[in-house]
Amino acid sequence: MEKIRQNLFIVSLGAGVLVILLLAATGAIDLYVQTFIMFMGVNIIFATSLSIVNGYMGEFSCGHAGFMAVGAYVASVLTVIMFTPNKLTGVPLLPPSLSIVLFPVIILIGGVVAAFAGLLVAIPSFKTRDDYLAIITIAVNFIIVTLINNMAVIGGSRGFMGMRKVIYTMTDVFQFPYMLFWVITFAIFTVFIIRRFVSSIYGKGIIAIKQDEVAAEIMSIDTNKMKLVAFMLSSGLAGVAGGLFAHVIGYVNPGSFSILKSTEALVMVYMAGMGSLGGSVISAILFTLLLELLRPFQILKWVIIPLLLILLMQFRPEGLMGDKELPDFFPKLKKFYKFK
Amino acid sequence: MSLLKITNLVQRFGGLTAVSEFQADIQEGTLNGLIGPNGAGKTTIFNLISGFYVPTEGTIEFDGTIINGKKPHEVTALGIGRTFQNIRLWHDMTVLDNIRLSQHYHLQYSLSGAIFRSRQYYKREQEIKEEALKLLDIFGLKDKADEFPKNLPYGIQRRVEIARALSVQPKLLLLDEPAAGLSSTDVVDLIDHIKWIHENFDITILMIEHQMQVIMNLCEHIKVLDFGKTIAEGNPEEIQKNPQVIKAYLGDEGDIYA
Ligand SMILES: Nc1ncnc2c1ncn2[C@@H]1O[C@H](COP(=O)(O)OP(=O)(O)OP(=O)(O)O)[C@@H](O)[C@H]1O
Ligand SMILES: [Mg+2]
Repeated sequence: MEKIRQNLFIVSLGAGVLVILLLAATGAIDLYVQTFIMFMGVNIIFATSLSIVNGYMGEFSCGHAGFMAVGAYVASVLTVIMFTPNKLTGVPLLPPSLSIVLFPVIILIGGVVAAFAGLLVAIPSFKTRDDYLAIITIAVNFIIVTLINNMAVIGGSRGFMGMRKVIYTMTDVFQFPYMLFWVITFAIFTVFIIRRFVSSIYGKGIIAIKQDEVAAEIMSIDTNKMKLVAFMLSSGLAGVAGGLFAHVIGYVNPGSFSILKSTEALVMVYMAGMGSLGGSVISAILFTLLLELLRPFQILKWVIIPLLLILLMQFRPEGLMGDKELPDFFPKLKKFYKFK
Repeated sequence: MSLLKITNLVQRFGGLTAVSEFQADIQEGTLNGLIGPNGAGKTTIFNLISGFYVPTEGTIEFDGTIINGKKPHEVTALGIGRTFQNIRLWHDMTVLDNIRLSQHYHLQYSLSGAIFRSRQYYKREQEIKEEALKLLDIFGLKDKADEFPKNLPYGIQRRVEIARALSVQPKLLLLDEPAAGLSSTDVVDLIDHIKWIHENFDITILMIEHQMQVIMNLCEHIKVLDFGKTIAEGNPEEIQKNPQVIKAYLGDEGDIYA
């Protein structure tokens, strides 16, 4: 009985996902709502992954969208050339039906490439003074967008498309809301691995770095290595968010990954609190909702969002949840949820 | 047997020579003091030993290994624990976590172990937790395990910091002004506490201290530093009588017996 209750959270999460998928498969929730849910999922990955570096580790990375772009383009190019007729290779490189199994693998490959892009950025950044990270990441965000803009093979500034067809090759084999499924799965997977990372003695090394880096180094934590590991994990997961985002929309263009997109991640993390995974999830959901509500007011969006941030810093500088998790606020939740 | 051998150590910061031609040969199992007026270069010597600075000149040999040029976390892993002049605990982490996190040098699992929760992960997390609790118990801090250091009295914070330094199982313990900021009763406790650690932990200690009561009570061998230079060394009686030492202290803050 105790065991069932403690796993109630997992069970209800699983049931929830199943219900959403069922509703989507039967057409009970329309494409608009489905897309909205998928944006939430992508934003959850995007925000929680940044919270590793900016929240838990207390550094200031400002170019998160750059890594998202890397993941988006790598995954998109791969799925398009592998499973659909395209301009680059002509015929698909692999039997299109394989896309059903290989799709998540390719999303992960996008993440791995983004992680290495992150490593390239992190090595010089953390060697110098810490505040350089902010400047370097902004620069890298610009560089990545500019590079893509100038790479004619992948569409340059016009963008890259064909991912919709990839989804069709999957639905041709078997009708199923694939993207919805994968976005939700990867979002849960992301929160899960970050949670495991920051609750292990190993991962908590980055919290020690935030609280006192000198003490961390003296107490045998290889601070430089931990920073690289954390940064790679963070940018890798941003890459996963990118790959999914690209396939949800069906096309990508470099403009989607500008500094403005990076700022969205920053807003979500600082709205959440510096080092609260639950906070990042909630704030990603609220933020997606807010963006949707503000959609009719196009330009006003970038007046209202910064204003919100200023108000938040004024009245609740620690963010929605500070460094606490949901069960810290509602101790009763502990009964239903035991983290392993 | 010599545990720490420092030869011709020089540290310059721009035009300032913070440490010049410092020598030391610290024998295993001894309790040593490093004293001197403010700005004499004492903490700089600690920072050099623990790897925060690469010395301008000279060598530091610990337990048969040359350690200058190594990073602080590597030096710690070799067996040098340390506390700071201003307590540097992780204040927003529990006392237990402060001890547990200091076990990075022998974690024996890494990122994949943490994410996939390997068997090794569970084994090590369990062992580390038990060892940490045992250590806290020995230090009479077990009931503080779940408290945040920032909420504890200063004297207890010092105790936690010393426990944390010992948690890396060092052969050499460096204490930078452990009595700073303590009340006079706490200082008496601290003296007993350090004696007890020295007797029970099979450890060599090098401590910086301004309070002569502490130094004279504990240390067998004392070195006196002034403007980066060693001006005297010897046992407590010799140091107390040394005219140069008295002069250095009179020029600085007056009475050596303060
Ligand atoms: N990183 C640094 N850069 C430049 N100068 C430094 C640095 N660290 C220490 N110094 C200088 O070196 C000299 C020795 O400093 P140190 O901290 O070693 O003194 P101390 O003997 O520990 O003094 P106190 O008793 O006040 O702690 C001082 O003049 C200090 O200003
Ligand atoms: Mg000092």
